[in-house]
Amino acid sequence: MNFWIAIGATAVGCYVVKLAGLLVPAGVLERPVVRRLAALLPVALLAALTAQQTFADGHALVLDARAAGLGAAAVALLLRAPFLVVVGVAVVVTAGLRAVTG
Amino acid sequence: MAHQTALADIRGDGGPKADSAVVRDALGVGVAVGLSGFAFGVTSAGSGLGLLQTCALSLLVFTGASQFALVGALAAGGNPLTAAAGAFFLGVRNAFYGLRLSQVLALPRAVRPFAAQWVIDETTAVTLAQPTRRAARIGFTVTGLSLYVLWNLTTLLGALGAKAVGNTDAWGLDAAGPAVFLALLAPMLKTTTDRAVAAVAVLLGLGLLPVLPAGVPVLVAALAAPAALFVSGRRSGRTRDDAPEETR
Repeated sequence: MNFWIAIGATAVGCYVVKLAGLLVPAGVLERPVVRRLAALLPVALLAALTAQQTFADGHALVLDARAAGLGAAAVALLLRAPFLVVVGVAVVVTAGLRAVTG
Repeated sequence: MAHQTALADIRGDGGPKADSAVVRDALGVGVAVGLSGFAFGVTSAGSGLGLLQTCALSLLVFTGASQFALVGALAAGGNPLTAAAGAFFLGVRNAFYGLRLSQVLALPRAVRPFAAQWVIDETTAVTLAQPTRRAARIGFTVTGLSLYVLWNLTTLLGALGAKAVGNTDAWGLDAAGPAVFLALLAPMLKTTTDRAVAAVAVLLGLGLLPVLPAGVPVLVAALAAPAALFVSGRRSGRTRDDAPEETR
């Protein structure tokens, strides 16, 4: 049930912001400070999410195979690998390390 | 497919870019990114969401970063509204895409509620790259349609595949989510401010993790964005005295 509440709220919220961009007069959102904030918000959120999903285990911070997987993904990104390859590399390295270390 | 392309060729009006070329570009993006729905389906199922819930997210939310963020927050045991708030803030950028697109596409008001669902990173990138309104409209429609159909199909396949696999962690699939975020984040880190915001957000997100309820640290980390704007705003208002510190 909780999951459905979250799904419903996200679906409505995300649709409304998409539609808002198409409907509101340009002047409201065109202020430079608002544009800068909209560009920086995803940076902050994605950085925090990347770190948490790599190092978090519940409320504890851990260093496990995921960190190696993300390191490999970072290398793939530096080598300009396509999106799916980056994700695939992270998965394969994480699984491989777990298989080796048990 | 070939038939469609041929038709587009015939109707091409000799503009700076043939319709078939626009369709080809749009399909390239739509297919490549559409296949990533597989990663979402797997991650979502691995996070404990049911098949119906996973598919509902791709059908109704249809903006990748928000979907990954939501299932990650729910898997971590976050409150549903806290989890939704993180996903929502990630989706706010689509409003700014819509702003540009409404000028380029000049859609009739009646069409906008239907076009809105396709206002995302990829459709915006393809549409804004087109030289004419006709090309922009074709680009938006073909990217949106191909991406929407494929993203939802591969979500379903990924979720079914994850169920078949069983323990997704053993297959390293819990690394797919953060890898997706990293791949989305990397091209955004252009300026010193971007990197500073990312670094502060990482510190806040990890540092507050042990002490705040699940999902809340990410929202606090988002404050790195307005904080950076505030600091850079004060700096630009001052004299050069502060300049050496800026490079630190």
